[in-house]
Amino acid sequence: MQNKKTLEPPQGISGFVADWSGDKEAFHVPWGKAMMWIFLLSDTFVFSCFLIGYMVVRMSAVEPWPNTSEVFALEIGGQHIPMVLIAIMTFILITSSGTMAMAVNYGYRKDKTKAAILMLITALLGLSFVGMQAFEWSKLISEGVRPWENPFGAVQFGSVFFMVTGFHGLHVSIGVIYLFTVAIKILKGHYEKSGNYEIVEITGLYWHFVDLVWVFIFALFYLW
Amino acid sequence: MVENTQVQVDEHGHQEHPVSLYLKIWVLLFILSGFSYMVDFMHLEGLLRWSLILLFMFLKAGLIISVFMHMMWERMALICAILIPPLALTLFIGIMAIESNYTFFSRLMFFTGS
Repeated sequence: MQNKKTLEPPQGISGFVADWSGDKEAFHVPWGKAMMWIFLLSDTFVFSCFLIGYMVVRMSAVEPWPNTSEVFALEIGGQHIPMVLIAIMTFILITSSGTMAMAVNYGYRKDKTKAAILMLITALLGLSFVGMQAFEWSKLISEGVRPWENPFGAVQFGSVFFMVTGFHGLHVSIGVIYLFTVAIKILKGHYEKSGNYEIVEITGLYWHFVDLVWVFIFALFYLW
Repeated sequence: MVENTQVQVDEHGHQEHPVSLYLKIWVLLFILSGFSYMVDFMHLEGLLRWSLILLFMFLKAGLIISVFMHMMWERMALICAILIPPLALTLFIGIMAIESNYTFFSRLMFFTGS
């Protein structure tokens, strides 16, 4: 990075070979961003192990699996609507990903107020997601769902449900704290001197990953 | 540092996208989620249900990774480092699916008394 680049670095496959065979850095991105990507790759494997474990207990369960569409149905105004809470949670998380993407965009433009405000909105949407998840958990617990039993069918449902959604909810909660912290630091002018707002993009990568994992949980856990 | 950042942004290029791009992806994700929801709502079954659920799942995941996480504008070295290792998981999924079928049939044979 010290050298003034006079030639365009090679792109595509030849760029891949040039980067990986270079005697210095392979990833020509800020180290913080590279580390976040590597962390997310490791997290991908952890979530994958959980989801594969879910597949195994579900496919090998002899008792019928609960009908998730009915388990997560809600009575609203006397109307019985299947999966309504999950649909709202999904739309909220997608929306938070949208506001985060725009925050990253304003981070690049060094428009710190807009970036920070969009991050705060993202954090609040994440908070509402966790709140709805708490509501969902307490409803299921009141109906007798436990990690070792449930009234709807195969016992494995309870353990997998609390483990997978709990681990994802933990990620959302950590993300909310992360977003609030970075947004407040931006507003306080912490990155003013360096003029370096890469942190917005790095935080964004984490948040989009949380949304990405939900896409898989939504499809494999609630729709299957 | 300031100069460095400037170079980086230009090199990785074109990171300043119009906000409308993100809004379009956002709307697209909404529509795809709506479609996923409809699959359940219309009580589709069997292979059709499965292929649609997985199709919408991968489309959404692809949009989030490529646009929101800016993967499509990264250099090939980073793309390969991040996207190739998870491909090993498909083998893992396959092995575990075979294993759970075996467990299921063993349970049917020895534990359900039929």
